[in-house]
Amino acid sequence: MSKKVATKTTIKVKAGEGSGRSYVLRLIITGILPNSVRAIANAKAICEKYLTGRYELEIIDIYQQPSLALEEQIIAIPVLIKKLPLPEERVIGDLSDTQMVLDGLNIV
Amino acid sequence: MSKVIKTKKDELKFPKSFTGIDGLDVITGGGLPRNRPTLLVGNTGCGKTIMAMEFLVKGIVLFDEPAVFFSFEEDTAELKLNVKSLGFELDKHIANKKLYLEHIPIVRSKIPDTGTYDIEGLFIRLGEAINKVKAKRVVLDSLDNLFYRFDYTVLRSEFKRLLTWLKEKQVTAIITGETGDSLVTRDGVEEYVADCLIVLDNRVENQISTRRLRVVKYRGSVHGNNEYPFTIDERGVTVLPFIAGAIQQKSSLKRIFSGISDLDQMLDKKGFFVGSSVLVSGTAGTGKTSIAATFAFSVCKSKQRCLYCAFEEAPNQIIRNLHSIGIALDPVIQSGLLQFYYARPTLQNLELHFIAIKEVINELKPSVVILDPITNLMTEGPNSDIRSMLTRFVDYLKLHQITVMFTAAITVGSIERITSDEGISSMVDSWIMVQDIEVDAKRTRSLCIMKSRGMNHSNEVRRFIISKTGISLRPIVVNEKALLSETKRSAKEHLNLSTSKESIGIK
Repeated sequence: MSKKVATKTTIKVKAGEGSGRSYVLRLIITGILPNSVRAIANAKAICEKYLTGRYELEIIDIYQQPSLALEEQIIAIPVLIKKLPLPEERVIGDLSDTQMVLDGLNIV
Repeated sequence: MSKVIKTKKDELKFPKSFTGIDGLDVITGGGLPRNRPTLLVGNTGCGKTIMAMEFLVKGIVLFDEPAVFFSFEEDTAELKLNVKSLGFELDKHIANKKLYLEHIPIVRSKIPDTGTYDIEGLFIRLGEAINKVKAKRVVLDSLDNLFYRFDYTVLRSEFKRLLTWLKEKQVTAIITGETGDSLVTRDGVEEYVADCLIVLDNRVENQISTRRLRVVKYRGSVHGNNEYPFTIDERGVTVLPFIAGAIQQKSSLKRIFSGISDLDQMLDKKGFFVGSSVLVSGTAGTGKTSIAATFAFSVCKSKQRCLYCAFEEAPNQIIRNLHSIGIALDPVIQSGLLQFYYARPTLQNLELHFIAIKEVINELKPSVVILDPITNLMTEGPNSDIRSMLTRFVDYLKLHQITVMFTAAITVGSIERITSDEGISSMVDSWIMVQDIEVDAKRTRSLCIMKSRGMNHSNEVRRFIISKTGISLRPIVVNEKALLSETKRSAKEHLNLSTSKESIGIK
């Protein structure tokens, strides 16, 4: 992991064949704090494993975009928000409990 | 009641921010700790939000300190509407960029938690908000609502971080919270993390609720330790400390006539001291109101103002009744010298009565205040409370050199041992007792001076006559036969009955 996290990192993976609905996820982190670093790694791993080829993961450093905290009504960080498919769901924490992430975001 | 004496030195030593709230600045000796967070805890409905909001609004209006209000409860529209009744025009301050409101909605369900996290989001939002208006004052109301959303152990450490962070931001902050099992008070967190802790309370006693405030802790400063009653009305929060009063009391050598020349004779021929307190106690129908009204009338006739607080009879009834003893109050009322304050004691709690009376006093600037009767106020709360309220009220009046006369009704058979008298008598300077005594099997009104501080008063029990021309006092002439022993008296009873008419000593 590089020392500096980009303002906005979008990992876009085109929907694969016969993979069902595609997901749009947004992970909000705080710079390079340990929780955030773990959350990024965990998010990527979960997406790769369960949403292979049908997800879009946007990683946002809240320090670079502080106004987003109000827009998204964010208190706890890290937070992973499932933008699509609706309804919007969110889980907080460093995403180390995979089952909680899947349940919380309704990912089957 | 312990009196906390504040010196100028304390204020210089420790930087404080005036709250602008009546009374609170007196208790805290100049306001809340500047650039530090203060915890304001209390149960539901005791006025935390309003007190916090007043702190901000007064800060903007009086001291030009911009403010940020974070609400975890009411949304901004609700909040604006709720405080409008107190005359706070939040929209105006928001438009002037002096105030910033932000609502953080309560999410009922807990957000699934997948590992460690912190509440940095809140810090970022607060930081943004503070920068927006360059805030000097911040309120978080109430942080407890976060408690339902997040894990307690996380919040606990984050709460400490928040307090440190607020200090670094150089803002004077109020954080509100619930008492009991809540984030800020659970496990006594507040004991060690807060620099200043104020507890509000709303207790119902005898069906009348009273709000109270107590400064539990104030690091680096002296403060009033007592529980102080406070009220919330259309002018906002008023705390009643009356602390300063007693120390600065002046003691006047001037005298004021009671309006009853015979009574003035008994009082060293000069009447009461100006700025003293006078208690007139007696059983029902002994003429307490007549004495009080005569005093009021005499004050007004000497072109001084008088406030008559009636808790029993309506003013019109008092005016009518006094005609029967030759006192016409109508002209002095019309000339504005006499003003009535009339309220049913049960209408509101004692503090509100006193605040209302205080307001009238500030407008009227009377030289005499009459409370008739004080015992009616006693029905609506435990006596100890009333006594302390009354003491503070008397202190306040003395400070302003206002002579006060209370009347107190006492029940037959317990004339001297009645608690209300014991409670009040220690704080009054002159105590006049009127009672019914039997003289030769006839009910006779009598009057005596139980005490009168600082003067050579008469110890005589006088016959107290209320007639068409007013009140007069005459010596009591007792038939010597009444002093006979019990056995002899019963033997003489028949004789007495027939001769009693002649033997009563009417002058």
